[in-house]
Amino acid sequence: MILVIALRALRRNVMRSVLTAFGIVIGVAAVITTVSIGHGARAEVEEQVTRLGRNVVLVFPGSRSLGGVSVGGGAANTLTVEDARAIREEIPEIIAASPEVRSQRQVAYGNRNWFTRIYGQSADYLQIRQWPLESGRMYDDEDVARARKVAVVGQTIVDELFEGADPIGEIIRVRGMPLEIIGILETKGMSLMGSVQDDIILVPYTTAFRYISGRTHAMVINCQVYRSDLMPVAQQKITDLLRERHRLGPDQADDFTVQTQEEVARTATETSRIMTFLLGSIAGISLLVGGIGIMNIMLVSVTERTREIGIRIAIGARNRDILRQFLLEATMLSCLGGVMGIVLGMGFSNVLAYYADWPVYLSYHAVGYAFLFSAAVGIFFGFYPARKAARLDPIEALRYE
Amino acid sequence: MAVVVLEDIHKTYHVGSEVHVHALRGVSLTLQPGEFVAVMGPSGSGKSTLMNLLGCLDRPSRGRYLLDGEEVARLSRDRLAAVRNRKLGFVFQSFNLLSRTSALENIELPLMYSGEGLSLREIERRAREALDLVGLADRARHHPSQLSGGQQQRVAIARSLVSEPTLLLADEPTGNLDTRTGLEIMEIFQRLNDRGITLVMVTHEPEIGQFAKRRLLMRDGKVIRDEAVESRLMAAKEKEKLPAPEEEEEVMR
Repeated sequence: MILVIALRALRRNVMRSVLTAFGIVIGVAAVITTVSIGHGARAEVEEQVTRLGRNVVLVFPGSRSLGGVSVGGGAANTLTVEDARAIREEIPEIIAASPEVRSQRQVAYGNRNWFTRIYGQSADYLQIRQWPLESGRMYDDEDVARARKVAVVGQTIVDELFEGADPIGEIIRVRGMPLEIIGILETKGMSLMGSVQDDIILVPYTTAFRYISGRTHAMVINCQVYRSDLMPVAQQKITDLLRERHRLGPDQADDFTVQTQEEVARTATETSRIMTFLLGSIAGISLLVGGIGIMNIMLVSVTERTREIGIRIAIGARNRDILRQFLLEATMLSCLGGVMGIVLGMGFSNVLAYYADWPVYLSYHAVGYAFLFSAAVGIFFGFYPARKAARLDPIEALRYE
Repeated sequence: MAVVVLEDIHKTYHVGSEVHVHALRGVSLTLQPGEFVAVMGPSGSGKSTLMNLLGCLDRPSRGRYLLDGEEVARLSRDRLAAVRNRKLGFVFQSFNLLSRTSALENIELPLMYSGEGLSLREIERRAREALDLVGLADRARHHPSQLSGGQQQRVAIARSLVSEPTLLLADEPTGNLDTRTGLEIMEIFQRLNDRGITLVMVTHEPEIGQFAKRRLLMRDGKVIRDEAVESRLMAAKEKEKLPAPEEEEEVMR
C-alpha cells in the first residue's frame, strides 16, 4: 500500500522526479562506462601479451626501475641490432631473436590507402609468434641482410587495400617507397582481438630502420627460448651477455630490462587494473554526488510538502508510514536512475568500444553492483529527509503555509 | 454510550522555559451519538486546542478523554494515528486536499493508511460511494485546481467520511466560502447528521452556529456556556431565501 502511495506521490511531480534521478543516471552510467573501458583495456593488454608468442623473453631498452622507482621503458636507445644477433648466436637456449621497430604509417595501393602499423622484424619473427602464413613466403635472412623492400601483410591489409583480391607480387607504397608483397599472414580473426592483430605489415628490420622509421635502435628484442624450464637461465644469460657487451661495471645498473611475457603481462594488467580502479573511483564519486543530489531534493521536498505530510498524519498515517513513503520515493528515484544509467552506460561503452576498436566487454558484475549501489544510495541519502518528514508535528504541519 | 467524554481537560503549552500558555483550564464535556455541536468563541479562547485534542492530534496535559469508550489521552503517537484513521474525520477551513491529485485519490487516502489490507478495487469503490454522497460523482478525475472552493470542500468531506468515522470534526468549514456555498456545506452536514453522524464544528460566525443543535461558547480556556440552539436554521430552507441563484461558476480546465 505504501508502494502505491509513494508511486502516486512521485507521479504528482514527474519533472522533479526525473531531474532528481538524473544525478544517479550520470553516476551509474559513468561507473559502467569506466569499468567497461577498464575491462576492454585489460582484454587488449592480455591479447597483446598472448600475441607475444610462446616461451618468449623480451628485452627492453633502459632500466625499468631506477633506485626502486619505476621509469617508463623503451625510451632509451641502448639496444642494437648487434645485441640481438649476439643473443641469437651466443646463447644456446635462445633459438630465435628479432629486434623490433614499430611505425604507424599511411600505406597506399592504387587510389586506396590505409593507416596501419609497420613492424620491422627479423625472419625469425613468425616462429616466435607461432604465426603461420596463409600464402606466399616469409622474407628470409638474405632479404634481411640486403634490406629488401618486401613485406608480409595481415588479413586486414588484404581486405582494405585489395578488397580481398590476391595481393602477392603487388607493390604498395609507404611514403612513396615501394614494398613488394611476398606473403600473407593467416587471419587471427577468430580471436577476440583478431581484427586488430590482422592490421599489420611485417618488413625486414633492416628495411624498417633504413627506409621507414628513421630509428637506429631496437624498441624491443623478441627472443624465443628453447624450452619453458630454461627461461630463467636464458634470462640470466641475456643479462650477463648484454652487460658485457654494453661494458657495464659491477656498480653500474642495467641499461636494459629482461622480462618474460608473464612478467610483462603482470605489469600490464596491474597498470590497467590501477587505471580501472582510478576511473572507477572517480565515477563512484559522481554516484555519491548524485546521492547527495537526491538527499538535497528530498529535503527540499519535505519542507515543500510539509502540509501534505500534515494532512497524511491527520488522516491516520503513522510515523513509519511517512518514513517508508519518503524512503521508498528516494529508493525508487535512485533505482530509476540506476536503470537509466545502466542503459546509458551500456550505450556509451558500445560507442567507445567501437571508436577505440576494443571488444565490447560489458561487465554484468558492474551492472549489478551499480544497480545495488544506486539503490543503497537512495536508501542512505533518503533516510535523513524521510526521518525528518516522519517527525513533523501534525498540528504545525497543517498550519504551515 | 457517549461518543466523547472529556473530564477536566487541561492543556498547557510551554514556550521557552518561562512562558506557560494555559490553553485549556478544565473542560468537561459529553457528546451523545447524533449530536451536532458548534464550538464558538473569540480567538485565543481555546477552540483550536480543544479541536486538536478531540481530533487526537495532541494529548491533554491533564484529564481523561474517552472516545467511543476508549481511553485515548495517554496513547502513543502511532496508536493515536490509528484512532484518527478509524474513528475521526477532519474537515478544514482550507480544505487541505493534496494538489495535483484527483478527487478520487484524495478520498482514497485514509483507506490506504487503514492497515486493513483492503484491495485497491475495494478502496476505489468506497471512495466513489463517498464522492457520490457529496454529489460529485462526475468529478472523480478532477484535480483540486479544477474544482471550485465548494466542490473542494465537498471532496474533503467525502474524504472525512470514507472510513465511516464515529466523529466528524470541522474547523471553520465555511471560512473560505461564500454564503451560498457555505449553506450548501451546512446542508450536507445537516443531512449527514440526520443519518446519525456526530459532528463538532468550530466557527466564529454566529449564523453558521445556528445550523447546529448544541452550542458551546468558550472563553479563556473554559466552556462558559453550553446550550441547545434555539430557533435552529435548516440550510435547505435558507438557501431558497437567497436571491435568484446565480449559475455556479466552475473553474474548469
